Amino acid sequence: MAEKNDILEEHISSDYKYGFTSDIDMDTAPKGLSEEIVRFISKKKNEPEWMLEFRLKAYRHWLKMEEPRYWAHLNYPKINYQDIIFYAAPKPKKELASLDEVDPELLKTFEKLGISLEEQKRLSGVQSSIAVDAVIDSVSVKTTFKEVLAEKGIIFCSFSEAVQEHPELIKKYMGSVVPYTDNYFAALNSAVFTDGSFCYIPKGVRCPMELSTYFRINTAGTGQFERTLIIADENAYVSYLEGCTAPMRDENQLHAAVVEIAAHKNGEVKYSTVQNWYPGDKEGKGGIYNFVTKRGICLEENAKISWTQVETGSAITWKYPSVILKGDHSVGEFYSVAVTNNFQQADTGTKMLHIGQNTRSTIVSKGISAGRSNNSYRGLVRVSKGAKNARNFSQCDSLLMGDKCGAHTFPYIEINDKTAVVEHEATTSKIGEDQLFYCQQRGIDKEKAVGLIVNGYCREVFNQLPMEFAVEAQKLLAVSLEGSVG
Amino acid sequence: MLSIKNLHAGIPGNEILKGVNLEVKAGEVHAIMGPNGSGKSTLSSVLAGRENYEVSKGSVTFNEKNLLEMPPEERAREGVFLAFQYPVEIPGVSNINFLKTAINEIRAHRGQPALETKDFLKRVKEKQALVELQGTLANRSVNEGFSGGEKKRNEIFQMAVLEPSLCILDETDSGLDIDALRIVANGVNKLRSKDRAFVVITHYQRLLDYIVPDFVHVLSNGRIIKSGGKELALELEAKGYDWIKEKTEA
Repeated sequence: MAEKNDILEEHISSDYKYGFTSDIDMDTAPKGLSEEIVRFISKKKNEPEWMLEFRLKAYRHWLKMEEPRYWAHLNYPKINYQDIIFYAAPKPKKELASLDEVDPELLKTFEKLGISLEEQKRLSGVQSSIAVDAVIDSVSVKTTFKEVLAEKGIIFCSFSEAVQEHPELIKKYMGSVVPYTDNYFAALNSAVFTDGSFCYIPKGVRCPMELSTYFRINTAGTGQFERTLIIADENAYVSYLEGCTAPMRDENQLHAAVVEIAAHKNGEVKYSTVQNWYPGDKEGKGGIYNFVTKRGICLEENAKISWTQVETGSAITWKYPSVILKGDHSVGEFYSVAVTNNFQQADTGTKMLHIGQNTRSTIVSKGISAGRSNNSYRGLVRVSKGAKNARNFSQCDSLLMGDKCGAHTFPYIEINDKTAVVEHEATTSKIGEDQLFYCQQRGIDKEKAVGLIVNGYCREVFNQLPMEFAVEAQKLLAVSLEGSVG
Repeated sequence: MLSIKNLHAGIPGNEILKGVNLEVKAGEVHAIMGPNGSGKSTLSSVLAGRENYEVSKGSVTFNEKNLLEMPPEERAREGVFLAFQYPVEIPGVSNINFLKTAINEIRAHRGQPALETKDFLKRVKEKQALVELQGTLANRSVNEGFSGGEKKRNEIFQMAVLEPSLCILDETDSGLDIDALRIVANGVNKLRSKDRAFVVITHYQRLLDYIVPDFVHVLSNGRIIKSGGKELALELEAKGYDWIKEKTEA
């Protein structure tokens, strides 16, 4: 019996372990959205005129748009955009010379999250080192390993810094993959985005370490609108990781990010996300609304962009990382595990747009629904006229746990060229009593057995993740699904 | 080691076992034979603790502990192993990973530290040879895409690795050709020891040519109606189950 109690104990305490808030001195804008707020943000960031122009154009466009509410398989109350704080930054906002100058509360926050902002620690370790850009609420607070990367000509810094230091690159690429007119949330983001990461890998350089951005929403009532831009020039390679957490709050918080990736000839970008925003409590109260636009473009031949995502958090996820396959022989990949439990809703998938010749795309989507959640895969494969010999393989699997959850698959296939070969496979299954009993008979309890079975089910996707992330993802999955079997 | 007393059990609304008594001591091999529907598989399911089976009367103790009170995983950790008639596939989970998880759960239960990877792999290699299982099978997903014979060999392989004290073989011979049967039986024979007991459930005498039991019990209509030595199996094979049923009914 003692053992049973331990399991129960562990169970309750490990619900959402990132639900703490940190007491950091914050500089925030007044609530609400207006042209003044847009100007306020731009001014706070000391931005050049062209940047403000971009924001204002986006804002004016956004005013004319309607919030897309009914096409996705989602259900949520109307968002009051006048009730959101669009800018929150930890004070002081001066350039930090060393880690010692960082607010100790902030360091503690990242320590609690298991993210090291201390470079030496990583360097002396046996693990491969990871360069981290830490973003809290709206602002990037620290980017590690900048000097090491600079030696190779790699630029890895906050978006704001790039606006100041590398305006030519920002002007050239910002909005080139996701224009501000693209959709409602992309327009909103373009108007009020506050920070994010910028990364440029020059010709012929293979980035020697994983680059990663860690996003954290802290202040109550804030929205996080980060913007990430990644460019792999000719023959360049980079693997990029993104992690996200937020405190537990009763009200819903909005997260509307834009991620743009551009890959030139023979360039390759591998983008991995482990998304663990606060999903709301067991009654469905609170949680993050995650409305994100992620898109990459393979500009020239043999370029490759691959998205891998493990989505376990957020009250609502609305996200379709896509690849535009413009260059001949370019390759797009999408590997996804989306887990929903309790009252979570996810409508996620991808778009593969084949334009160049001999382009290839692969989609592997694994949905897991438990509790009363709803999990939808929505994916588009479009082969344009003249995109000769395009190939796509899609596999969408859904796993149901219990009988109150839902799994839905919405594949859209548009073929305008006869030489295309497009395959789509879909399965829906339940974790079998037989499988559970088999594990139990070998000494493995139910909870662990579910973890084992689900991890097996997701293995194809986990294999795509960098080692450390894969381990993290496996653990996360187990926590997300705790208590979902009788 | 195992003591079953007046066991009544079945699925809700249908009593299948109607008073089974059986005593198994360490080192013994008991064969349980019987026609279709006599309750053989129910007995193995009840012993392993499968859901949906209800015990209405009687007791089962294992090493002086009440087996029926334990959840299935605890029975396994205490040393009860069931070789399934229909082994289950678990896609994406490697046999190795599965076994490593199992063995460390069992060790934790006994207060032993987790097995070092090196020692674990050594044990795997050693036991694989026992059932002539190829190295690649151990790395494949649990039972996924295995042939019928491979699945059964995998069961015995797992048994060898986990080193249980009571092994229940549920119609392990079903669906096996004569070569696979010999391999499986050889594996089992090598695992026989004075500390380990076997309950071999089978339809046919054939398996008992290879795994020679100390005792044979005939299960019919939810009761053990006759027990004897290994000769009883031969007699059954020659005369059929009806012979014994008639005898007991008379």
